[in-house]
Amino acid sequence: MASLKELAAREQKLAPGHRACAGCIPALTFHQVLRSAPGHVVASCATGCIEVVTTIYPYTAWKIPFIHNAFENSAATISGVEAAYQALKRKGKVTKDIKFIGFGGDGGTYDIGLQSLSGAMERGHDMLYVCYDNEAYMNTGIQRSSATPFAADTKTAPVGKVRKGKKQYPKNLTEIIIAHDVAYAAQASPSFWRDLNKKVEKALSIEGPAFINVLAPCPPGWRFPTEMGIEMGKLAVDTCFWPLYEFENHKRKLTYKPKEKLPLSEWTKHQGRFRHLHQEENKHLLELAQQEVDRRWKELLFLCGEPA
Amino acid sequence: MSEKSWKEVPIGGLIVEPGNSKNYKTGSWRSFKPVWYEDRCIQCLACWNSCPEPSIFVVEGKVTGIDYDFCKGCGICAEVCPEKAHAIEMEPEF
Repeated sequence: MASLKELAAREQKLAPGHRACAGCIPALTFHQVLRSAPGHVVASCATGCIEVVTTIYPYTAWKIPFIHNAFENSAATISGVEAAYQALKRKGKVTKDIKFIGFGGDGGTYDIGLQSLSGAMERGHDMLYVCYDNEAYMNTGIQRSSATPFAADTKTAPVGKVRKGKKQYPKNLTEIIIAHDVAYAAQASPSFWRDLNKKVEKALSIEGPAFINVLAPCPPGWRFPTEMGIEMGKLAVDTCFWPLYEFENHKRKLTYKPKEKLPLSEWTKHQGRFRHLHQEENKHLLELAQQEVDRRWKELLFLCGEPA
Repeated sequence: MSEKSWKEVPIGGLIVEPGNSKNYKTGSWRSFKPVWYEDRCIQCLACWNSCPEPSIFVVEGKVTGIDYDFCKGCGICAEVCPEKAHAIEMEPEF
């Protein structure tokens, strides 16, 4: 694990001047992940916010080889590059040690890119896939995705007189990937940078497919003030909406257990997309959301072998 | 960016300089600017580690200032600065 001083001394793989919004935590996620990976890295990125803001023609923020292919095949692309690298290495044409990281937002991972990600994980490529989950299609104007939380206001699942935001609970992608029995899988947050740094280092050092799901708060999408991004991530973890855990050697392990589990309303009350939940007539929805968070947290504690 | 004639554009429209977004200054987006006070700074680097740009100058492990060419004024640095240090304050840009 590297200290901040060591991380700052490393060559930064992403340049400033990208066009991400002020206070963009997905952009911060990319910085923190790439800083944790010293040495040669080849990256691919699915269509999404960060792919767009870092590569607006005629500029690029990337200082490392970067491939954007299509929305659905970030994992397939990077797994192909990895396979080519292995073949060239076998023939002695490449001697460098190179790491491969695929990126995707929640739209390009949970929804559109799920089949290519599943395939790459199943084939056992030596790669890392990082999903920056900002919980909706933010790039095209905040449409719901399968990662959007229950009752959140989005453009395609709006809050009105009859319907109150998204009706479904978010998909648990980390568990879907764990079901592939991958070498390493984890959930992380840039608000806990030490934990994220450790997980990326671990994922890259382990041979085989690795997956890290990172919750990346989005100020315009979640509708909170731009300076609150780090706090939002912390609250998501402390309310157990986004537990930090990892999966290694066929076992789950909690990497952070909140000292005191906060009620979900502590996290939702700062966000405009949940404003309706704090009105008197919608209290039952907040209650339902809390029940689902509690249920998943209890289940995870059981799977991690922790006392409830 | 200054205009180029078609003869100067690389074949295929390639971008030949890695990380050339540093030529695009995003500092004009700002309405509030962070002001860094060296005497109060405890050099924890929390601001650098939380800046999405990053627009905090770090030289040999020490914060030396804020890069106003790129800072978009989100205020995360002032928010994560430890309370006892309080070395970054947000001030109106205009």
